[in-house]
Amino acid sequence: MSSQPSLLARPATGHPQVRRSRLRIGDGFLAGAIGLRARPVRAALSALGIAIGIAAAVAVLGISAFSKANLLAQLGAEGNLLTVTAGQSADGSAAPLPLTAEGMVGHIPPVQSVTAVGLVSGATVRRTAAVPVVDSGGISVMAAQPSLLATLGGSVARGTFLNAANGNYPAVVLGAAAAQTLGIDQVPLGTQVYLGGRYFTVIGILRPVPLAPEIDEAALVGFPVANSLLELGGHPTELYLRATPEQVPAVASVLPFTTDPAQPEGVQVSRPSAVLAARAAAKTAFTALFLGLGAVAVVVGGVGIANIMVISVIERRAEIGLRRALGGTRRHVAAQFLAESVLLSLLGGAAGVALGALATAGYAVTDKQPAVIPPTAVAAGIGVAVAVGALAGVYPAARAARMAPAEALR
Amino acid sequence: MNADDTVLELSGVTKVYPGSPVVTALDRTDLSIGSAERVAVLGPSGSGKTTLLHIIGTLERPTDGIVRIAGQEVSALTDARLSAVRAYRLGFVFQQFHLLAHLDAVDNVAAGLLYRGDTRRERRRAAVDALDRVGLGHRLAHRPAKLSGGERQRVAIARAVVGRPAVVLADEPTGNLDSASGAAIVALLTELADDGTAIVVVTHDPDVADRMDRRVLMRDGRVIEDRLVRSRAAAAEVTS
Repeated sequence: MSSQPSLLARPATGHPQVRRSRLRIGDGFLAGAIGLRARPVRAALSALGIAIGIAAAVAVLGISAFSKANLLAQLGAEGNLLTVTAGQSADGSAAPLPLTAEGMVGHIPPVQSVTAVGLVSGATVRRTAAVPVVDSGGISVMAAQPSLLATLGGSVARGTFLNAANGNYPAVVLGAAAAQTLGIDQVPLGTQVYLGGRYFTVIGILRPVPLAPEIDEAALVGFPVANSLLELGGHPTELYLRATPEQVPAVASVLPFTTDPAQPEGVQVSRPSAVLAARAAAKTAFTALFLGLGAVAVVVGGVGIANIMVISVIERRAEIGLRRALGGTRRHVAAQFLAESVLLSLLGGAAGVALGALATAGYAVTDKQPAVIPPTAVAAGIGVAVAVGALAGVYPAARAARMAPAEALR
Repeated sequence: MNADDTVLELSGVTKVYPGSPVVTALDRTDLSIGSAERVAVLGPSGSGKTTLLHIIGTLERPTDGIVRIAGQEVSALTDARLSAVRAYRLGFVFQQFHLLAHLDAVDNVAAGLLYRGDTRRERRRAAVDALDRVGLGHRLAHRPAKLSGGERQRVAIARAVVGRPAVVLADEPTGNLDSASGAAIVALLTELADDGTAIVVVTHDPDVADRMDRRVLMRDGRVIEDRLVRSRAAAAEVTS
């Protein structure tokens, strides 16, 4: 032996039993990640299908969860709002309810609150007297009580609502849609509208009231001023009431007689939350449709990933051969490509979740509502991505594992 | 050479590739290689050199015959067990280097230990040592694209020896290199044997063959000549 420095320590003497090949799980994923790093654009493009599918699903689930949260808020989570009308009179306008109706209904024990509105028939609302009557925009004029907002769960967007004091004066509060029709979005002092033949001062604008859309289209004035200036005659045309939730059906059954003992058959009782619930059910059908579309996108994305992985396996024959020569088993090679496929899909899934959350947030922001991103949708999105990636990787991984090492190295 | 010294033993190894016509790449080949031996396998194209190397490297199974590596009969082993033989006993050097383009030199060399289940830290430490030994201590963080051909092959050699295999198998290691780089690679390979690792080099290059102790000449799947060129003691002087 020469005296030069040793290039290598001596190999182990003797011939001990050879151990098994081993690949750490983390190293398997690291090896998988190399494939992605090698072709980042291709990786991004092939993960796009999954991303779009998951984004659609998360957004739809997010938006529908948000709508549901919204709806629950609208229903007061209970759906205990009832409306009472007297139906229509012979000329098609709302028939008046007896003057005693509100007081009588208020005496039904489970009724928590009741408020009356009176439709002023024939009155129109215009920006000025110069606007022709035909352009009144379908805004109705209603007399309302200060208790209206509390009973409906509505709120004021600008200004103030009617109260005991301003109800005596020509002051008007506009429903959200009515304000929009009139082009009024602020209520600086002195804002006026031409209502029923004279100018009324706008003192407030309401936020939309989903349970009572007719309020959105209305201009609300106090009962005293409606009686004195608009000839309402004090008769309400509709009652809104909230009852103890468990007692809603019972209350509904006694309402017609309580409201109008003389003509109970003319009284109509309805539950607006039922209408909303039906609308929500229709939305659920749309949700299912979009989820289906998302699923299709995810499946197509999975096929795309499988396709890219097959190409990758073919391109990387030499690497597969090398890894077998370095002592990797078929299983190790398969695990590497499976890991690559899962990582690819996971990447798409993560991007999709982020995109979907962003879409939900955007939708919520435009609606000025808090965003709701259901954690189950996020978890399901990631889970589906992993599952699709694993599934898509099975064939390419098997193909890589089957490759004969000597062939692959040639 | 006594029996204990033998790291590689082929007896009656035959490899037939089915098809039409049937190709007999190896025909009842016997070969025995001791530790620290440096063997050049020569022969014209199609003589079975590469098949021989693949069978020694357990990358292919013989159709018939017995292959022993470090005393272990490998023909009966499962594919997973054969992989383990490669992971622990064998090192490979290829004409095309076969480095992973997206890993730096250290990680490429560390890949030589990947399938032994060592931690990444352990692997990288051993890889830095191996790169030092092949004279690339200053190129650790370079990716293959930033290395010359000779340097790439040094990285590949470091990868082959980082696990201290019993046998290093080299297939035309200088085939893609200019003569100066090639000479340096051969010098490096011959030094390996000083530590007891056996070297088997398949080559067309007479300069490479000249540096080995033993020449195995093949033709039509048979060993037609097996000649000891010089004793190991003499060889040690040559490399010094």
